[in-house]
Amino acid sequence: MTNTQIPLARAERPAVPPAPAPKGPSARDRGTRLLATMFLTPTIVGIVVFTVVPILGSVVLSLFHWNVIDSPSYAGLSNYGEVFGDETVLVSFRNTLVFMVFAVALQLFVALALALTLNGRMPVWLRSVFRSAFFFPLVLSAASISVVMKYLFNQDFGVINWALGFVGIAPVPWLTSENAAMATVVLVYVWQQFGFSFLLFVGGLNNIPKEIHEAAALDGATGLRKHLTVTLPLLSPTLLVASVVGIINALQVFEQPYVLTNGGPGDSTRTVVMVIYETAFEQLRFGEASAVGVLLFVLIMAVTALQFRLSRRFVHYQ
Amino acid sequence: MSQATLSSSRVRHGLAPWARIAGLTMCALLTLGPVVWTVSTSLRTPAEAFDLPPQLIPSNPSTEAYRGVFDQIDVWLLALNSTLVTALIAVGQMITAGLAGYAFARLEFRFKKPLFGLVLATMMVPLQVTIVPVFLVLKSMSLTDTLLGLIIPAFPTAFGTFLMRQYFLGMPKDLGEAAMLDGAGPWRTFRSVYAPLAAPGLAIVGVLAFNYHWNEFFRPLILETSGQNYTLPLGLVSLQGNLGTGSVSVVLAGVVLSMIPAVAVFVVGQRPLREGITSAGVNR
Repeated sequence: MTNTQIPLARAERPAVPPAPAPKGPSARDRGTRLLATMFLTPTIVGIVVFTVVPILGSVVLSLFHWNVIDSPSYAGLSNYGEVFGDETVLVSFRNTLVFMVFAVALQLFVALALALTLNGRMPVWLRSVFRSAFFFPLVLSAASISVVMKYLFNQDFGVINWALGFVGIAPVPWLTSENAAMATVVLVYVWQQFGFSFLLFVGGLNNIPKEIHEAAALDGATGLRKHLTVTLPLLSPTLLVASVVGIINALQVFEQPYVLTNGGPGDSTRTVVMVIYETAFEQLRFGEASAVGVLLFVLIMAVTALQFRLSRRFVHYQ
Repeated sequence: MSQATLSSSRVRHGLAPWARIAGLTMCALLTLGPVVWTVSTSLRTPAEAFDLPPQLIPSNPSTEAYRGVFDQIDVWLLALNSTLVTALIAVGQMITAGLAGYAFARLEFRFKKPLFGLVLATMMVPLQVTIVPVFLVLKSMSLTDTLLGLIIPAFPTAFGTFLMRQYFLGMPKDLGEAAMLDGAGPWRTFRSVYAPLAAPGLAIVGVLAFNYHWNEFFRPLILETSGQNYTLPLGLVSLQGNLGTGSVSVVLAGVVLSMIPAVAVFVVGQRPLREGITSAGVNR
């Protein structure tokens, strides 16, 4: 670089008096900070008081025996020992994991199949009718839906067994047999929830540039093969979000088993959250309930972390 | 069929169009069927509720079941409680998420990154893990078994804050810079330039909050112990519990009553709801 012009430009600088170097924040900066503090206070204070402190509180509480009435007594890790030795708690963890695997798999499958089918040619109005129909159950309350489903799945007078009778299938004890009850809870949950993943997939499919599909079609890819080799990899970030959210939600299932079966028959549909609820608010064993809560938290973190780790291999970002 | 009614840019499938539409129609019927059955059964007389085959249109429609609901639970009180709780939470979340989202998107301050990280991290914390200590915190404030105890903890919203931050980040920066050059301070810039533009984003937060908290069951179940503080979902489940001998149609009439606002929100707020859910998957 030659020095012909730059020194000249530099030489002119001193003619303009240099601006005084800022000492500390200007009035405007201070205004900004004050505003930021005011704007953030409600959210941050709320999160600290109602989430951060309670998480720490759960950990501390899990080290104590406490029934609200007597003063708490330090218990070390004995609550955890008790929890691990409690058949019902262990079963509830197994139930919750089984529920999660089936509910998430079914939910993603149904949502993806419907989103892909909807993505084909059809009149625009029809597409929006279908989209609204699939998303509708999501706005209803899980508790009231479960009340409705309890009647539909009734073994003796439920509409579902009546309809199956036409095909010659004997009445199924949907809610009253240990084997069927969990499947029924999964069905009811998926019926209400698949719309969430469905909407994510519809959005994800809309984000795929159509040129990519046209190029693939030119290369001779069709039907299922095209979905497997082109659509799914492009959709994989959406798939990751849908499965992470799906898993986190499924591990917290409560309303459906609470209303449909109240955990039974036996303990066959008792989930971890039901156990937390019963231990804390029916049996007033706050320490043990907190220990179960902490374990659930650890489980959710572990599953999510594992999922992100695994997903590095097959999630493609455009 | 004319090309105009088809979106021609869509992907061609292996399946024939009629097969796809037939399949989707079947699935839509399965999805909406239980809701249609609920409405239809609620309009039967309690005596005919169990009749099989279920008639889609009741042979002698009756509102007896609805009268039954009003006799057995104080629907007006429950609806008022639900409305109060839901509306206040929705408005509260719109305010807190709007303000915090703006601060994270457009203001410079210390600890911005860690604070935002904290907000994001709380999205992952399940409510059930914190419920025991939250219950105790509320108890120490004498807020258990009050509606306020349901409302106040729900004001901060991590997801809403995240959504509003994205929303403000999407707005052109020049607008604010122009206002600053014209001498507007940070508050003025927010108040007159950005806040009015945020209305659609705030609507998303509001509709999502309304939908979630209108249907909420777990927290009210734990926090509200006396009937006068029940919300509709709690009332419904207790209605079902009252009825050992059970008239299905009365319970279902209650379900229909509690669905009405949710359906209204679906009709009016379908777009914001959808955008709120979709953005969870696309913006990250």
